[in-house]
Amino acid sequence: MSAATTTPPAPALTPDARISLRAHVRHTGALVRRNLLWIRQDPESMFDALLMPIVFTLLFVYVFGGSIGQALGGGQDGYVQYVIPGMIAMMSMTLSQGVGTGFSQDFNSGVMDRFRSLPIGRGSVLFAKIAVEMARMLFATTVLMIVAVLVGFDIDHWAGLFAAVGLSAVFASSIMWVFLTLGVVLKNAQSVQAMGFMVLFPLQFGSSIFAPTQSMPGWLQSFTDYNPLSTLADAARGLMVGGPVAHDLWITLGWAVAITAVMAPVAIHKFRTKT
Amino acid sequence: MSVARDACRRDVGALSVAAAIVWGMKRIDDIPRAADSAVTVRGLVKHYGETKALDGVDLDVREGTVMGVLGPNGAGKTTLVRILSTLITPDSGQAHVAGYDVVRQPRQLRRVIGLTGQYASVDEKLPGWENLYMIGRLLDLSRRDARARADELLERFSLTEAGKRPASTYSGGMRRRLDLAASMIGHPAVLFLDEPTTGLDPRTRNEVWDEVKRMVGDGVTVLLTTQYMEEAEQLASELTVVDRGKVIANGGIEELKAKVGGRTLRVRPADPLQLRPLAAYLDELGITGLANTTVDTERGAVLVPILSDEQLTAVVGAVTARGITVSAVTTELPSLDEVFLSLTGHRASAPQDPAPATDDAREEVAA
Repeated sequence: MSAATTTPPAPALTPDARISLRAHVRHTGALVRRNLLWIRQDPESMFDALLMPIVFTLLFVYVFGGSIGQALGGGQDGYVQYVIPGMIAMMSMTLSQGVGTGFSQDFNSGVMDRFRSLPIGRGSVLFAKIAVEMARMLFATTVLMIVAVLVGFDIDHWAGLFAAVGLSAVFASSIMWVFLTLGVVLKNAQSVQAMGFMVLFPLQFGSSIFAPTQSMPGWLQSFTDYNPLSTLADAARGLMVGGPVAHDLWITLGWAVAITAVMAPVAIHKFRTKT
Repeated sequence: MSVARDACRRDVGALSVAAAIVWGMKRIDDIPRAADSAVTVRGLVKHYGETKALDGVDLDVREGTVMGVLGPNGAGKTTLVRILSTLITPDSGQAHVAGYDVVRQPRQLRRVIGLTGQYASVDEKLPGWENLYMIGRLLDLSRRDARARADELLERFSLTEAGKRPASTYSGGMRRRLDLAASMIGHPAVLFLDEPTTGLDPRTRNEVWDEVKRMVGDGVTVLLTTQYMEEAEQLASELTVVDRGKVIANGGIEELKAKVGGRTLRVRPADPLQLRPLAAYLDELGITGLANTTVDTERGAVLVPILSDEQLTAVVGAVTARGITVSAVTTELPSLDEVFLSLTGHRASAPQDPAPATDDAREEVAA
């Protein structure tokens, strides 16, 4: 009643508080702990990171390995050397979806609103999620390498192996912005997963990850040659088993920078303005 | 500049103008709360395309009081809370919480508020204790303090035993208690409760109300949105009724209750044949201020509108004196629909969820 007529009391217009770097680190730490507790609470969430490298390696090496290897001229053992570097690239893609589905769940459960009403930088929520997904990726890669050695993969260049894993992680971090955007924009985790599958499946299989592209029809080759997953897989292959690296490496890094430059601002904008 | 001018006026003494300006500004910076208004809202507007979620809302909540915001689904209650807790920004208008501007000082504002509701919630996958500890750390408590605060709040909200279990295993009431505990970690000056008991059974609802009353007892200012008149009456001292993004009434709760006709006393005689004689008798009685009774033949009861406890006592006394055996006497608060009908002349414009059944808003007084 009287509310409408009285003028509002003048607020103290001090500039808004800043969040120190130390506070950022502390907040990110608390949120990383939360994501790790998720895994402890629900160990099944690690199944994909554990089973995917095992199942895919066995499947490709023993089902397709013989015939593709023959065409390659090295038999099944030759195919192992061919496919394992590509699998690192493939897995980092599939696992980066977790950032999107995780965000989607947080939005739908209301946890994100709790975070957004707390005096923390919104980046902390993001970085914690990315850090945990990176750790999952590292775990999956370790499993993959163990299986790889068991099926006969020769690790000749350890430095090359680490470089390949690093390159995959860099590229995956750019793809994470795409999934983050999907996680913020799409209604629920299932649609993020479905959309992610639709985007990733053609990219993963329409590439040089599982088979050389030379035998593919010309129209497909023009796609696979521009597909960043091909260059990523080829670069990883060069690093791990030898062969040309520089060209594919630069193209892959170029893609990573370009995707990040476009998608990170989009993701952050969508995240900030999500109602 | 008005700050400086105020300071000058206050210091009519021999102080130099410059010193007064510096002193005045510093002092107000140190105590950023304005007067005794904890929440000040002026002309707040938020549109979603064609939908006017908020269409020029004014609101004042005095420090240490509980303001109820009553309205049907889609009235704009949640939008209001989301703007005040900095989750979304308004299209136009001003809002200050504990002296901070929701648009220009969101980080400082977030430090002094607590939020609990339909949307802001705890992490179901984490144990109760871990939820509280995490929020403590996010509020910049040291590890030790965050641990202590988590223990303390679990104890206070009777959740100590459940503290190690994931929140997903909690009952509805436990979940809401954990929500409330989570919003109390930072000792907020202002607490926003967005429909805190929607979806709870009556017993659990009473539990949550008791907790909220305790929190209010500690001096926290509360802004509560609800669809239930009974909830507003239980918790709030002042009420703002909103409909389609506009405030259609505000004031003290007693004032509004008088406006909407207060409670209804429902008397059911044991013998249905006594129904009309009882109604006629009560009408003739002329207890001060009593409006006419109505007869609900379907449920076999006489409905008596009452405005005060004195009237209630007088009616019950009169029925007893008359020697009529009654099988039930209940009082009912007006439903949200009835409140709207008397305030606006139209029914609550709830798109999906209708106002609660009158059964919800009924309390036994005698039998």
